[in-house]
Amino acid sequence: MSTQTPLLARYAEGLFWMARYMERVENIARLIDVTQGFEMPSQAAESWYALIRINADEEGFADRGYERDAASVKRFYLTDADNPTSVPAAIAAARLNARTLRPVISTEMWMQLNMLHRELLHIPPASLSGDQLSRLCARIKQGVQEHTGITEGTFFRDEGWFFYQLGRSIERADQTTRLLDIQYHLLVPYGPEERRVTEMTQWGGVLRAAAGHHAFRRVAPPGFSPADVVRFLLTDTSFPRSVLLCVSQIEWQIATLRSRYGLRGTVPALERIEELRAALAARSVEAVVEAGLHQFLDALQSDFILLASEIGTAFFRDWRPLAQTQEQTQT
Amino acid sequence: MTAADPDPFAGYEQGPYFCELQAGRAGDCGTIAAVRGRIAEIGLAALRERAAAAETDLINLGVTFTVYSQASAIDRILPFDCVPRIITAPEWRTLESGVKQRVAALNAFLYDIYHDRKILRDGVIPAELVLGNANYRPEMEGFAVPFGTYVHICGIDIVRDEAGGFRVLEDNARTPSGVSYVVENRHLMYRAFPDLMAGMRLRPVDDYGRRLRAALTEIAPESVPDPQVVLLSPGIYNSAYFEHVFLAREMGVPLVEGADLFVEDDRVFMRTIAGRWPVHSIYRRIGDDFLDPTVFRPDSLLGVPGLVGAWRRGNVALANAVGTGVADDKAIYAYMPRIIRYYLDQDPILPNVETHICREPNGLAYTLDRLDQLVVKPVGESGGYGITIGPRASRAELEAARAALLADPANWISQPVIGLSVAPTLVDDGLRPRHLDLRPFAVTGRETWVLPGGLTRVAMREGSLVVNSSQGGGSKDTWVLDTEPEAHDVAPALTGGASP
Repeated sequence: MSTQTPLLARYAEGLFWMARYMERVENIARLIDVTQGFEMPSQAAESWYALIRINADEEGFADRGYERDAASVKRFYLTDADNPTSVPAAIAAARLNARTLRPVISTEMWMQLNMLHRELLHIPPASLSGDQLSRLCARIKQGVQEHTGITEGTFFRDEGWFFYQLGRSIERADQTTRLLDIQYHLLVPYGPEERRVTEMTQWGGVLRAAAGHHAFRRVAPPGFSPADVVRFLLTDTSFPRSVLLCVSQIEWQIATLRSRYGLRGTVPALERIEELRAALAARSVEAVVEAGLHQFLDALQSDFILLASEIGTAFFRDWRPLAQTQEQTQT
Repeated sequence: MTAADPDPFAGYEQGPYFCELQAGRAGDCGTIAAVRGRIAEIGLAALRERAAAAETDLINLGVTFTVYSQASAIDRILPFDCVPRIITAPEWRTLESGVKQRVAALNAFLYDIYHDRKILRDGVIPAELVLGNANYRPEMEGFAVPFGTYVHICGIDIVRDEAGGFRVLEDNARTPSGVSYVVENRHLMYRAFPDLMAGMRLRPVDDYGRRLRAALTEIAPESVPDPQVVLLSPGIYNSAYFEHVFLAREMGVPLVEGADLFVEDDRVFMRTIAGRWPVHSIYRRIGDDFLDPTVFRPDSLLGVPGLVGAWRRGNVALANAVGTGVADDKAIYAYMPRIIRYYLDQDPILPNVETHICREPNGLAYTLDRLDQLVVKPVGESGGYGITIGPRASRAELEAARAALLADPANWISQPVIGLSVAPTLVDDGLRPRHLDLRPFAVTGRETWVLPGGLTRVAMREGSLVVNSSQGGGSKDTWVLDTEPEAHDVAPALTGGASP
């Protein structure tokens, strides 16, 4: 074999974003699922509007003329293709990236994504209500998991695979912080003891949405508290959706791109990762909750945005000199 | 075949046309009758079912071209017809040698007009037809390309007349498309019709990518031991984007867009995650006009500034070369038999369709006298646009054609209506004759290789002679029978044999 041609910067960026959008599709389904579980008879509208808040979608939601009710939030995220944070928009963005990536991804990856795209672009309104909603969320999750499995089994493991994994890890870490954030936005209008029980039920819902309920039970201390759930989702070293585990993956992925493929310009990203690690280790979870979990999660989310931009600067940015003016920048 | 599922060929009448599924012609040793028998055995109901499944397969695989209207982009498949078109071994020998001859003549012609212009000085072709042609590129004058090859990828449109004779309808010497369907159609047939394909000795079609890459490697600058080949595409919004993906994958080379490349000191680089990486040979699927904004259209965002300069310095190869459009122009086409004789001193193996050149007074007079009998074509268009088929045209259409001819005679040629050959094609009424053509693909580096068969396009509408995909045409798998004594079923292996 001759010297391997390094990956086109445009392909690397496309892989990074395709993975992010797919992970996002899965997480919207998880967020909807958990919110449905939280829905309280007298507080339905508020429970659902919390989703809008944690995704910082207040403006887009209002601009598109929605009322603050449950049905509107579901439509906003599941069937409104013009809302850039919806499932149809995210799957369309993933497919658009996949289309530019067809020379490098496997035919099976493309075919599955192409079919999932067609399916999710036309979610029937009836699927948003009653017991159908939960089935819809399960179907969306399953569709992304099929993608993940096909990718694992067929995608060539060169630099491109690492960029794909980077996109997935960053998006997953970010989404876990949003899942955690749900709790902050929910009003729990009960007395102390009722409140404790209700809260634990809700945390159980968060864990289920993150597919971590049983794993948590295996490692949780007897008589666990909400802080234990937060600790698990933030810093467990074995749970695939914990923020710390994602950060470790990101670190390994960037380090491998540096050592195995000799890529330069990784230092700012690696330093950012060190800061993220430090932030996660600096204080006890109890102290974090005391000082305000929401602010803490907000800071993590900002760090992930900066990290993505540092990866972009190192590997993607200069491939298309007109990127800024052509509104090609993805978010 | 049962009473409930009658003979699918019942009611099939080929009429006055040559039928491509006619058994017992030269080179057919019973294969065609066997194919007809197998199709009858499958039956109409199963044919329909499998044809529908095959089309779904194409959509899922994204074997599509994109049609743009004002508001939307729709991915369409090229309608696929499951009844194969069959070419016998001796028929293919004629086609293959005829295509090679034609490519050799096109290249010799291009070298000549950009160098000595002997053919113009000898008065074989009017000089203004070449030098005044919109596709003539003065930038090419005096510039030598490796092996004298300008047209590395050529698609020649060939039809069969009522007597079964092959005739060339058009040369495509710029960026001919459709080869991806040749290969995908064959894969599809193996998946959907294993019972039809079983044991058939066909010339394979999946060697195209390897051959194309070999040619692109041959033409790269000699000083580079291991040249980097890329395919340059206008991007995902191009209607042939699937084909670009297909070819890049089959060759195993990066598919790049203009913005992925840049030129520095007359050398071409691509932007990778590890920084710049040199590029030595480019299969470009971008027209001349858009290739390099510093030389051609300055508003082009698809091309690469400085690319033509790097090419002229010999630092990168371009396929096809710039300026080949002058050779596949419909006005030049009329002169191709003379061009072949002039450079090769041979008679054309594949004759032209008789063509009247309206820029010449005789041609114009002849055409105006028989407008209702002739096909009138604009010389500069492709894709079947702007054509008037006399016998099918309304009085108003004929008058419009007459006015257009008189306004600018040089823009037009005319030809007799050819009764294109037909083949059984699955339509609502069952298997019915539909007209078709053939586009074989020739790849030329040092030498010319022709992909066995080519793209068969079929006009899906009854009686229609327009096979273009932009006009609702479909395609068929094209079989070249491999029934010669020294038959070879498989492509030669890339590396050593697998003998035990």
